[in-house]
Amino acid sequence: MPANTGGPAILVEGLTKSFGQVHALRGIDLSVPRGTVLGVLGPNGAGKTTMVRILTTLLPPDGGRAAVEGRDVVREAAAVRRSIGLAGQSAAIQEELTGRENLEIIARLYHLSRATARSRAAALLEQFGLADAANRPAKTYSGGMQRRLDLAASLVGQPRVLFLDEPTTGLDPRSRLGMWDVIRSLAAGGTTLLLTTQYLDEADELADEIVVIDQGQVIAAGTSEELKNRVGGDVIEFTVPDRGRIPEAVAAIAPIGEGEPHADTETGVVNVGVGGGGSDALIEAVRGLDAAGVVTRGLALRRPSLDDVFLALTGHAAEEDGQPAGRGRAGRGRRRSSGGEREEEKVRTAS
Amino acid sequence: MTAITAPAPAPGLAERVRWGVSDTLTLSRRSLLVWLRVPAYLVFTVIQPVMFVLLFRYVFGGAIPVPVPGGYVEFLIPGIIAQTAAFATFGTAIVLAQELKKGVIDRLKSMPIARSAVLTGRLVADTGRMVITIVIIVGVGYAVGFRFLNGAGPAVAMVVLATVFGVSFACIAAFTGLAIGDEESVQAFGMIWLFPLTFVSSAFVPIATMPGWLQAFANHQPVTYVVDTMRALALGGPIEANLWRSLAWIAGIFVVFLPLAVRAYRRAA
Ligand SMILES: Nc1ncnc2c1ncn2[C@@H]1O[C@H](COP(=O)(O)OP(=O)(O)OP(=O)(O)O)[C@@H](O)[C@H]1O
Ligand SMILES: [Mg+2]
Repeated sequence: MPANTGGPAILVEGLTKSFGQVHALRGIDLSVPRGTVLGVLGPNGAGKTTMVRILTTLLPPDGGRAAVEGRDVVREAAAVRRSIGLAGQSAAIQEELTGRENLEIIARLYHLSRATARSRAAALLEQFGLADAANRPAKTYSGGMQRRLDLAASLVGQPRVLFLDEPTTGLDPRSRLGMWDVIRSLAAGGTTLLLTTQYLDEADELADEIVVIDQGQVIAAGTSEELKNRVGGDVIEFTVPDRGRIPEAVAAIAPIGEGEPHADTETGVVNVGVGGGGSDALIEAVRGLDAAGVVTRGLALRRPSLDDVFLALTGHAAEEDGQPAGRGRAGRGRRRSSGGEREEEKVRTAS
Repeated sequence: MTAITAPAPAPGLAERVRWGVSDTLTLSRRSLLVWLRVPAYLVFTVIQPVMFVLLFRYVFGGAIPVPVPGGYVEFLIPGIIAQTAAFATFGTAIVLAQELKKGVIDRLKSMPIARSAVLTGRLVADTGRMVITIVIIVGVGYAVGFRFLNGAGPAVAMVVLATVFGVSFACIAAFTGLAIGDEESVQAFGMIWLFPLTFVSSAFVPIATMPGWLQAFANHQPVTYVVDTMRALALGGPIEANLWRSLAWIAGIFVVFLPLAVRAYRRAA
């Protein structure tokens, strides 16, 4: 065996990629130890899919280098393909064929014998809760089942490194939890996983390490705890049902916050980091809002979420399409239809 | 860690060829399975050509005088076979564009399969599809009065020529499907090149009935050469000149569009 057994499962150095004027990746560095899960977190257009496509040999990088299991993704692409599995952003299954046929065909493409192909397909269908639907055309499957079939297809070749591009986007909450269970069991089995997501709780749940990317750059990396600590403590959050009064609410709590309060004028959610202020800050917030005469709902003190991390790191929310406020969104192609598409305005008080 | 095996070692040349063939067959079997499962595809490849035969035989045919023995039905069947083989490539282009969009091609490209297999598998499956359609048209033709007048050997040669011609057009279609990558645009683009080439030819009417400027195009394009050759093979008559022109065109199309299709596949994103 080549001397690639000691290093990281995935190594990325100074990776760049542009599409014409769009700089999708501007120098990404990361390293994923074997048997761990890396969560790549970023909003629409951050460059997640571009990075996954380069790592899975589908796209040549412009600059920098990337290696999977010690093999260069450009020079040793064929070797890389023998050790990876990919579940892309959309379910790449043949909808006219049954779940079983889908998996058996993939197995045959891995040059397994007919009998082995059959048994491996059956085992995967069982493992992913698709045994009952195995002989139905995949187009009759629910979205969650299709994603599970797609994931099963990516495992037919028993990859050592698995790439999952937004594995739960578009799934309902229950299917999402089901997918999380499946991903956890894969990780427990020792597979190295790189999964991208726009959902901060997902990275929090599944990943050993998280890198946050925005506009083609790594803006933060670490464990979920480390990232949360960067926000600096607890957060007070509440909803203002009367959207017109948001500026008053923001003004009322600005003095108690450690940073600037953030408000989402569409949902009416206002939050502010209060450091170690804890319950004292909470009481002050109640007093301040009461004095200003602003009605609020669901006022609470909570531990910071990765949403807060994103806000603190970039000054804009994750679901905002990765654009700093004030920059146009025209020219960004390829946006998904579901989720992450609402326009938000940030109200920032200057007090 | 028991589920994880070492990655397979790189295969040698003989092994690679064997796998290339096996991958191609697996993928073409998959395409044919899909084709059998979608009623619309079956209608497009079976019912529509039959309707065309009946339509031209009984509706338009009476109004079209033709210079061949046996009348319009003899004139029509070779033409409609060539047209159907050409139109079958709509399917080639559309399916490739769909697979590109759905990420199926991404998955296949990320797997350790022969690089050529996705294209060759598609072409093999489409060849099978074409042969089936051609046989059906010949059958329907026989029911409505068509007869091969030139013997069995030339009849088989006609079917082979039509198929090889169809596969050359499938290379063009594969290129457009992979390069354009969007189902609707691919379909629209197919109309733009396939309709003029098949209808402004000798496939359905004698070219002499067209205005002069159209004749200039119709007389010098591949579909006419192929249809005239097919007609001579089916009904008798001079073959040589048109056969060489047909083969030259077909070879030219392969030489230009097969590499283009391969390149589009490599670059497809
Ligand atoms: N083939 C392409 N041609 C042109 N621009 C592209 C192409 N692929 C990606 N881009 C652009 O590169 C940037 C990064 O896209 P990418 O798909 O990697 O983002 P992402 O993080 O996966 O986003 P999403 O969450 O929407 O999937 C975007 O601005 C996108 O428009
Ligand atoms: Mg993406």
